[in-house]
Amino acid sequence: MSFTRFLAVARKEVVHILRDTRGLIIVLIMPVVLVLLFGYGVNLDFKGLPVYVYDRDGSQRSQDLLKRFQASEYFDVVRVVGDYSALTRSLDDGHAKMGIVIPWDFSQRLSDGRPVQVQALVDGTDDNTANVLIGYALAVVQGYSSDAQLVWLRNRGQLVQPALVSVQARTWYNEDLESSAFIVPGVLALVMSVIGAFLTSLTIAREWERGTMEQLISTPVTPVEIMLGKLAPYFAIGMFDVIVCALIAIYWFQVPFRGSFTTLLCASAMFLVVVLSLGFFISVIAKSQLAASQVSLIITFLPAFLLSGFLFPIEQMPAVLQWITRIIPARYYVSVLKKIFLKGTPTTLLYTDLAPLALFALVLALLATASFHKRLG
Amino acid sequence: MPEAGNSVIIEDLVKRFGDFVAVDHINLEVRKGEVFGFLGPNGAGKSTTIRMLCGLLRPTSGGARVAGFDVSREPESVRQNIGYMSQKFSLYNDLTVMENIRLFAGLYSVPANLLKERIEWALEMANLKGREHLITATLPGGWKQRLALGCAVLHRPPVIFLDEPTSGVDPISRRQFWDLIHLMAEKGVTVFVTTHYMEEAEYCNRLALISRGTVAALGTPSELKRKSMKGELLLVECEPLGQAVEILQSAPDVIDAAVFGSALHLVVRDATAAIPRVRKYLSDHNVTVALVDKINPTLEDVFVSLTSTPGSAKEWKA
Repeated sequence: MSFTRFLAVARKEVVHILRDTRGLIIVLIMPVVLVLLFGYGVNLDFKGLPVYVYDRDGSQRSQDLLKRFQASEYFDVVRVVGDYSALTRSLDDGHAKMGIVIPWDFSQRLSDGRPVQVQALVDGTDDNTANVLIGYALAVVQGYSSDAQLVWLRNRGQLVQPALVSVQARTWYNEDLESSAFIVPGVLALVMSVIGAFLTSLTIAREWERGTMEQLISTPVTPVEIMLGKLAPYFAIGMFDVIVCALIAIYWFQVPFRGSFTTLLCASAMFLVVVLSLGFFISVIAKSQLAASQVSLIITFLPAFLLSGFLFPIEQMPAVLQWITRIIPARYYVSVLKKIFLKGTPTTLLYTDLAPLALFALVLALLATASFHKRLG
Repeated sequence: MPEAGNSVIIEDLVKRFGDFVAVDHINLEVRKGEVFGFLGPNGAGKSTTIRMLCGLLRPTSGGARVAGFDVSREPESVRQNIGYMSQKFSLYNDLTVMENIRLFAGLYSVPANLLKERIEWALEMANLKGREHLITATLPGGWKQRLALGCAVLHRPPVIFLDEPTSGVDPISRRQFWDLIHLMAEKGVTVFVTTHYMEEAEYCNRLALISRGTVAALGTPSELKRKSMKGELLLVECEPLGQAVEILQSAPDVIDAAVFGSALHLVVRDATAAIPRVRKYLSDHNVTVALVDKINPTLEDVFVSLTSTPGSAKEWKA
């Protein structure tokens, strides 16, 4: 290992990056764009969902129920319509996610102490949203129902016993249940995948494509010097982007940061070694920019997006997929990110994630080193 | 150290790609300070041989020693002692002249105290002084080639390998480039150069004619022209040319006939005996003969006569 030769390769690589405008844009702008895109664009919160109402009763009591819907932050009673077909239309054209029909004898039945049913029509196109909506609607109506029951009993002079068991829920880690706090930390894994695997796979495949690799390997430079020299600038860029993304997350999106910054940097460094090694390995095998970029996206970006727990919780996946996520390095990195940011889990408790990540980094780095020979053909 | 004054020793070198034999048992010795030419058509195995000598390809069998080192066993020592210019221009186009030079100075570990002097020397040699900060992509072809040579010799290697260094370069630049090659050879550097330009081959001290992976002939350009023809050469000026070529393929004395510019070159066993007979044969077949004369062969004649099987032109015509 000669430091002079390593430095010569690394310096040349920096010049390549600086001279290539498109590459620079990817390196500097893309991380910011991704964080903003996911921070703002992906919203898993269900707030202010539009509701249309067909109130056939039109009494004080039905108004009380509707006020409860309006008071909930999850619903927004947009309009009260005069007939059933207008309600159906609002669901058809998507103006409403839910339609509520209050029967004509609503207040009458309540006064009589008889059960009454309120109809909720739910747009089930997005099953997840529909499930959540039904849950919220049930909660609102149950609240109203038990209050109405209390009033009915009290009016008849009966002893009123408050509910014996109730839930007192307190949310930890993401107290405000902001989905940006859940998503933004994981974006770092996406950014690393693009910088690490995608860009590096291009830079090495380019050398094969343009024939410059032949000149390079005719010199005494060793394979390890080429690999380290080429990857070092991207490692630096990756760490820079980690810090930029973390700062945006903390100061712009107000994502809580409770863990150790050093641990964040260490975990990011390990994940970078993973993706850089993968990118290097892919480009050695593929030897064409097009093939290398496609394979690297499929192998690193897609799993980081779909199987890492970044957006879709791993516990909710089918058992087979859950098992597959164990061989996705991004899974461990995303897990570390969420724990460091939101939970402030002490580093000593992160070993279940850090150890596999370190193992992947080691194995893939060795694989990349072994894959590259100074031979043509 | 080079053994017995030989910088490159090739022994029974073979390279196969699947069923295709690219290099077929080549044996050669190149002396120190020699400009050694590897002449042959595309696909003859020139680049494959040179790549094995630089340690870029592993020989299938046989071996070679370059600057005293075994190319299979000590490729890194070989690389420290050679300069290599690949067939395709392969410096970095997005780097400046100076950045390319500094890169290769680093790759060859040129010591810091010699760096400035070597860079000056390379710039001077490549005639690129004052153009250090131009982006390499913007340089004309001839300048790029000189820069590539400059980068390949920054560490003052005793042996340099040039794979078709002047392809795609204008004739004046090509001439300048060969002046550089000779300048280096004068200082004791061994230059191993491939080409398919016959006129360039004349600049070499010695030549190997390569055909289908084998050495068809070996010697100085004048030796090759004197000794390697399978017969003697006649120049025939006649009318019509195309018809004459066809007729002469089947003439009794003629080994081979080919069109050279506006005349024909005939390979015959004995020129003196053949001249009157060729004249008569052509006249008998209604061809107007202006001139039939014995001439000295060019390298191209030698090459064609060595590499084409007699009568192949006939088949081609048919």
